[in-house]
Amino acid sequence: MNPQEEKVKIITEEFVENDEDADVGRQKTSRVQRRKRKKQLPTAGPDEMVSEKSHLGDQQEPGHEDPNADARPLSMPTRRGPRSLPPIPSASRTGFAEFSMRERMREKLQAARSKAESALLQEIPTPRPRRLRSPSEKELETEFGTEPGGKIQTTQQEDDSQSYSRVKFRDSVRKIKSKTPDEEELLDDKDAVDFLLGLDRGAEDIVAVRPADYESVHIRLQKEKELLFIPSRRTVPTYKKLPENVQPRFLEDEGLYIGARLEVPRTNQNIMENRLLMQEPGRRWFGDDGRILALPNPIKPFPSRPLVLSQEQDIKAELETLYKKAVKYVHRSQHMIGSGDPPGNFQLDIDISGLIFTHHPCFSREHVLAAKLAQLYDQYLARRQRNKAKFLTDKLQALRNAVQMSLNPAKTPKSLDTTRRAINEYKSEIRQTRKLRDIEQEKDRTLLKTIIKVWKEMKSLREFQRFTNTPLKLVLRKEKVDQKADEEAYEAEVQAEISELLEEHREEYEQRMDEYRSAHQQWKAWKKAQRTKKKKKKQGVEEHPDDEMEEPYPGEDPVKPVPPEPTNQAVIEQEVRERAAQSRRRPGEPMLVPELSLAGSVTPNDQCPRVEVLRREDVKRRSVYLKVLFNDKEVSRTNSRPLGADFRVHFGQIFNLQIVNWPESLTLQVYETVGHSGTTLLAEVFLPIPETTVVTGRAPLEEVEFSSNQHVTLDHEGVGSGVPFSFEADGSNQLTLMTSGKVSNSVSWAIGENGIPLIPPLSQQNIGFRSALKRADAISSIGTSGLTDMKKLAKWAAESKLDPNDPNNAPLMQLILVATSGESYVPDFFRLEQLQQEFNFVSDEELNRSKRFRLLRLRSQEVPEFRNYKQIPVYDREIMEKVFQDYEKRLRDRNVIETKDHIDTHRAIVAKYLQQVRESVINRFLIAKHHFLLADLIVEEEVPNISILGLRLFKLAEQKRPLRPRRKGRKKVTAQNLSDGDIKLLVNIIRAYDIPVRKPITSKFQQPPRSSRTFSEKQAASPTTHSPTHSADYPLSQVLVRPFVEVSFQRTICHTTTADGPNPSWNEELELPFRAPNGNYSTTSLQSVKDDVFINIFDEVLYDVLEDDRERASGIHTRIERHWLGCVKIPFSTIYFQAKIDGTFKIDTPPVLLGYSKEQSVVAERGFDPVRSLSEGSYITLFITMEPQLVPGESVREKFDSQEDEKLLQATEKFQAECALKFPNRQCLTTVIDISGKTVFITRYLKPLNPPQELLNAYPNNPQATAELVARYVSLIPFLPDTVSFAGICDLWSTSDQFLDLLAGDEEEHAVLLCNYFLSLGKKAWLMMGNAIPEGPTAYVLTREQSHYLIWNPCSGHFYGQFDTFCPLKSVGCLIGPDNIWFNIQRHDSPLRINFDITKPKLWKSFFSRSLPYPGLSSVQPEELIYQRTDKAAAAELQDRIEKILKEKIMDWRPRHLTRWNRYCTSTLRHFLPLLERSQGEDVEDDHRAELLKQLGDYRFSGFPLHMPYSELKPLIEAVYSTGVHNIDVPNVEFALAVYIHPYPKNVLSVWIYVASLIRNR
Amino acid sequence: MAAAGPSVFLLMVNGQVESAQFPEYDDLYCKYCFVYGQDWAPTAGLEEGISQITCKSQDVRRALVWNFPIDITFKSTNPYGWPQIVLSVYGPDVFGNDVIRGYGVAHVPLSPGSTSVCENICFRHKRTIPMFVPESTSKLQKFTSWFMGRRPEYTDPKVVAQGEGREVTRVRSQGFVTLLFNVVTKDMRKLGYDTGPPDTHGILGPSPPQGLPR
Repeated sequence: MNPQEEKVKIITEEFVENDEDADVGRQKTSRVQRRKRKKQLPTAGPDEMVSEKSHLGDQQEPGHEDPNADARPLSMPTRRGPRSLPPIPSASRTGFAEFSMRERMREKLQAARSKAESALLQEIPTPRPRRLRSPSEKELETEFGTEPGGKIQTTQQEDDSQSYSRVKFRDSVRKIKSKTPDEEELLDDKDAVDFLLGLDRGAEDIVAVRPADYESVHIRLQKEKELLFIPSRRTVPTYKKLPENVQPRFLEDEGLYIGARLEVPRTNQNIMENRLLMQEPGRRWFGDDGRILALPNPIKPFPSRPLVLSQEQDIKAELETLYKKAVKYVHRSQHMIGSGDPPGNFQLDIDISGLIFTHHPCFSREHVLAAKLAQLYDQYLARRQRNKAKFLTDKLQALRNAVQMSLNPAKTPKSLDTTRRAINEYKSEIRQTRKLRDIEQEKDRTLLKTIIKVWKEMKSLREFQRFTNTPLKLVLRKEKVDQKADEEAYEAEVQAEISELLEEHREEYEQRMDEYRSAHQQWKAWKKAQRTKKKKKKQGVEEHPDDEMEEPYPGEDPVKPVPPEPTNQAVIEQEVRERAAQSRRRPGEPMLVPELSLAGSVTPNDQCPRVEVLRREDVKRRSVYLKVLFNDKEVSRTNSRPLGADFRVHFGQIFNLQIVNWPESLTLQVYETVGHSGTTLLAEVFLPIPETTVVTGRAPLEEVEFSSNQHVTLDHEGVGSGVPFSFEADGSNQLTLMTSGKVSNSVSWAIGENGIPLIPPLSQQNIGFRSALKRADAISSIGTSGLTDMKKLAKWAAESKLDPNDPNNAPLMQLILVATSGESYVPDFFRLEQLQQEFNFVSDEELNRSKRFRLLRLRSQEVPEFRNYKQIPVYDREIMEKVFQDYEKRLRDRNVIETKDHIDTHRAIVAKYLQQVRESVINRFLIAKHHFLLADLIVEEEVPNISILGLRLFKLAEQKRPLRPRRKGRKKVTAQNLSDGDIKLLVNIIRAYDIPVRKPITSKFQQPPRSSRTFSEKQAASPTTHSPTHSADYPLSQVLVRPFVEVSFQRTICHTTTADGPNPSWNEELELPFRAPNGNYSTTSLQSVKDDVFINIFDEVLYDVLEDDRERASGIHTRIERHWLGCVKIPFSTIYFQAKIDGTFKIDTPPVLLGYSKEQSVVAERGFDPVRSLSEGSYITLFITMEPQLVPGESVREKFDSQEDEKLLQATEKFQAECALKFPNRQCLTTVIDISGKTVFITRYLKPLNPPQELLNAYPNNPQATAELVARYVSLIPFLPDTVSFAGICDLWSTSDQFLDLLAGDEEEHAVLLCNYFLSLGKKAWLMMGNAIPEGPTAYVLTREQSHYLIWNPCSGHFYGQFDTFCPLKSVGCLIGPDNIWFNIQRHDSPLRINFDITKPKLWKSFFSRSLPYPGLSSVQPEELIYQRTDKAAAAELQDRIEKILKEKIMDWRPRHLTRWNRYCTSTLRHFLPLLERSQGEDVEDDHRAELLKQLGDYRFSGFPLHMPYSELKPLIEAVYSTGVHNIDVPNVEFALAVYIHPYPKNVLSVWIYVASLIRNR
Repeated sequence: MAAAGPSVFLLMVNGQVESAQFPEYDDLYCKYCFVYGQDWAPTAGLEEGISQITCKSQDVRRALVWNFPIDITFKSTNPYGWPQIVLSVYGPDVFGNDVIRGYGVAHVPLSPGSTSVCENICFRHKRTIPMFVPESTSKLQKFTSWFMGRRPEYTDPKVVAQGEGREVTRVRSQGFVTLLFNVVTKDMRKLGYDTGPPDTHGILGPSPPQGLPR
């Protein structure tokens, strides 16, 4: 029986007594109730406090059930309390007490009832006054005292009373009403009575208010003491922290590596230690030294942290993330060989700080000694710094202590076996260490001796020669030592050594003794056996004569062992003392510390003998410089510096080598100059190429030694080099020294602007193998590299007993661990998806072999060739090999620059480069394509604003059929459900003007004088003057020309009917089907359609070929010929983006059209359009659109990064938004994207740039002609639209030098270059952004002449006046100058109707204004453009090749006919072409024609020169083909073809091709 | 052909868009179309269809019954891009504007088999597709779209058959459509694709699956 149980019982009894004493009825009741409740509390269970209701229920019901269920509640464990309450007394034991209590309670209840009933009505609403309650409360406290249960009860009581007061009434009533039958069963009659009265009782009992509890301080402190633990701050004695009977062991003293502990205040440590000791008696938190384990165990193979954490950390550690700054990928340097090549991208810094000669021919003897002394002193310093002897001594001490400790059996709980083994190990180590220490000490001593000896020699030398050459001075400092202590230490050391040796010897002796004993035993046994055997033999011979044979005789008799000699202590002592005397400082002897200084004075020259003076002069004459050789090429050299008297040369120069290749060798050559006589190569110093981790700023200065094998004999005091000399007077003891020295230098990799080391990539290292090896090589981390013999290394590591705790050795230890654990190589990397193999669909080989898989993979990678490949066959055999051919070819070609198509290698490179830029942009786009916006997926109406709503309302009132209907926009179709044949291109050809007319058929009697006349006419070339002259020749009835238009698009050709006259009107609609590539009608695919719509104008000529005039009556036999007159080319992309093209276009006619002439006369005479007649050339009015209208794709929504100021970018956005708000259709450009994909402010592109000097020299006095020539030069740079190359993704702007290097660009690049040229010519010029026909949004150049403005088309080189109606520019959005942008805010945007005066802020809104001044942006353009002269020979060669190829092509196009070449005509044409170039294709026609006629006579001509900039061969061929010259199939036709290439600077080539067909007139 | 073995497999799907449960809406019609991979091609039947408008039944079920037949045959060389049927249901809103009532998608069942009407056998290819509509981006837009009868719609109903780009949308669920499929495949086993349950009756494949192309 637990004593506590008793206590409870007693308390209950006391309680009962108290009840009796109390006489206030109501209080009694309540107390009884309370008491009951106290017992009941446990029943309430843990959920008692959860909710008021349940609590109440519990509270009341048990109160009534109590008498029956008394045993139950007590048997439950008590709910609350700091300790578990005493177990329950059994029901039988409490039975009596309970019973008596019940009896009494009942009586009191009866008495109280009447009172309560009366009181209830008044008292319910208010809580019971406090004072009524307090006495009982006090009682309670005194009664229960410290018993925890009491406390709980009181609090409980309070809770109850409060809640009761709130709900008591309602609750009690409810209880009565809704008592469940189950509960009722439990109630006996008495309780039932109680229950019925519950209402009253509840009311009384609830209203309980109690004062705050008070607990005396003592009690509280006592309780706290029980509950709380406050760790002491006092230091914990070590024995508590260690296992019993263990002495603390200090690893550091034993020479093992211990990391630096974290600084923690001592008190905190103590608290922690105390806490740990209190919490867990196990001492695993403490290390061997009795301190908390604060450091990770370096040799622990697995992390000691909890597993979950460690996993995370492991991953992090293994997937080590390195911060790398983004590197700008340099496109250009890789593919370009333009002028703007940046210099080497990588940089090696070589710092040559100086040179010291350790021997030089001019050394005097003293110098030799000084050098030796200095060397020895250096050695001494190095040794002293390492101080190995001290370290070993300490180690020895620690080991001895350890042995002592382990020898003490009382303190070691370990098993005897381990102890012994440990002791043995220690001892062997002691032996080893002692040996090492002795050696070290001896070395130290010898070194010191040598230093002193050399110094003495030097002193004597100085005395002997009576002058001093070197300022070297050695001072020996004596350090006093405490004689007594020293002696004691010495003696102790000796004694310890002796005892150890003795012990060793004793052990050895004992061992030997053991051996001896056993051997002796054996021997004895053998002896005995021998003897018995002999005896036996004697007997056995008689009995078993054959026994003798069985007896095995040992081969030989064991020798009698000799007992080992015991050790002689005296001898050992003798030995030890001898050794100590030899290698150690004698006790009491002062410690000598040599100090070398340069404090000595050098004897001045006038006091020296002549030979010495000579020597010094010789030294002065000498100077030294170094050459730096990189990859065996000299890259730089240091200044020549005179040799100092101390043979030191200071350079202090740093060479920054900008390199492109990985360095293979780095050499310094030391050159010496003597006077003016010449230089000699002293030596070569090979510098190691730094590791990639060595970067500038972190590289230490290193000294590299060199020596030379030259032989120098000198006629003065200098000892020479390679020549024997001696210090002794008699010449004995000869020495031969070679010139040698040290170069102090450092080689490191430079760090770029952004902190990236400028190191060539690993791939570039042609000996990448070595470096890669080094990377994987753990040994390299400890300084050595190239060690590969693992076994040797492991052996060495084992022998040298590396400290495994030292983190410096960690990689090595790991390596050894790996190497020794059975040769397996554990990689030092973490493999992601190591189970990949299991999940592989098929093996990699099969995946690669199978054509089907390859096809599938390529398709999923969206490789262009396979992106839309459908129905990949099931079997490999069904896949044709040729499917891959194109793709493989492309892959192969990627790196091979093919000159076949390009003729010109430069163009080939450019083409490749463009291809690569394109690919990278496309790839970027492909990524962007997979990035969706809400608008891409969901069609949602915009929130209507007032105007739209208003418009809607307005629409309701709209007329159904307005008188003047307005054109409604067609519904645009998003390209997705389209298929072949759905889209049609509609070309409406309306009319043409000023078509060239036929010359009268040249008859046989063509008069020569006419040509001369026209020639003279030409001089005064003016359309008005020379036109009327012809009119007389033409009979009015003659058909001048019968033109028709042929439209070809995607190999579909449609043509109109034939009309008559030079101003025909067709008004016909041609319908051409459109087929998207691969049947893919997605926006991207449509954007990349490169096809052009060719609109060719032909003249239909009918020839009567009737042979026989007699048949003329019965039949007509004519041949139709068509003669090409000109063409208009419109790219599909323009149509696609513009949706419709409507306007009058200039027909691109050749400058000379044989057999045709412009017929202005008729027009001029009729005089309808004076403006038009002024302009030259023919025009055609077209309307082109697509049916249905397609939604043009949007450009990529990609925010390009920028180096512009953030403020500026914000301003641009604001500016653009403002402009777009006012004039949404006007183009406003503030920022553009440069070729590396960065946003650049547009004005940075404009800057005066010099045009080629050649062009400026052409017309020195005519600025207008110069401007035209420059424009022509710019227009000769081939045009390559960005929209085609980048599929409408974005418009990339290249700078003018890039543009000239690439020799390709679109309108912007042309315009920028032209504008820059004009600026440089001193013109006022702006870039003009606007819309033109047919280009759409484009860039033109505006220049201001004296009184008027000129608009230049940069791509054609043509210029127009502001009021020229045929100017293709139709609207102007903004003007861009070198320092500002002006947006057009005038009502009109047609150049005809606007004012170009940008100073008026009402007409032009400027970007930079007073509020935002121009910050002075630097230009992205180069300082100046450098033009290489184009190789004339190459151009000529190209010319020949083109001519040859074109001729072959024409023959190919006429497979069924014989193609004859008229060589005479060809040569005439060839002469004529340079003339055309010179006159820029103007007004040479008549002259030319006359010339031809004169030369050739009776031929019917049809031909023309074509002029185009040269980019590739293909466009030339296309152009020739499109003219259809080859289509003539008259049997006797002859052809002529001539090509002329005029080279302009920077490889800009102007190509002229003259094609003609000749038919001999019969 | 016989000697070389089949080079395509065929998938014939028929069935019907049986009915829908749209508790709040009435007078709905439904469009369906198929989305399939690049290696698939329809050989027969209709790829797209648009049903009649149906009104709710007057009984307790309040079902919208279309019983709109689907019948299509595909051929393919590669199970990748297995056909999906995309359903979109439309109906008039309060103002009589035709608005979207739900998009849904389901793969054509992989295994051959037919829907049985018998009680005991499971309805193998009966699919009940939850439908959803894109949500307006803001409360105001929600109101205007309701008011103007121009609810947000997918640019292309086929979007619901693709996973890409869906993260930018928000949708609300709107009811169910029940589909029945009967699926017949041909030559799939011969090409090495085993999708169906083990053949219990009769015609066991004459040869073991030929495996993947080699």
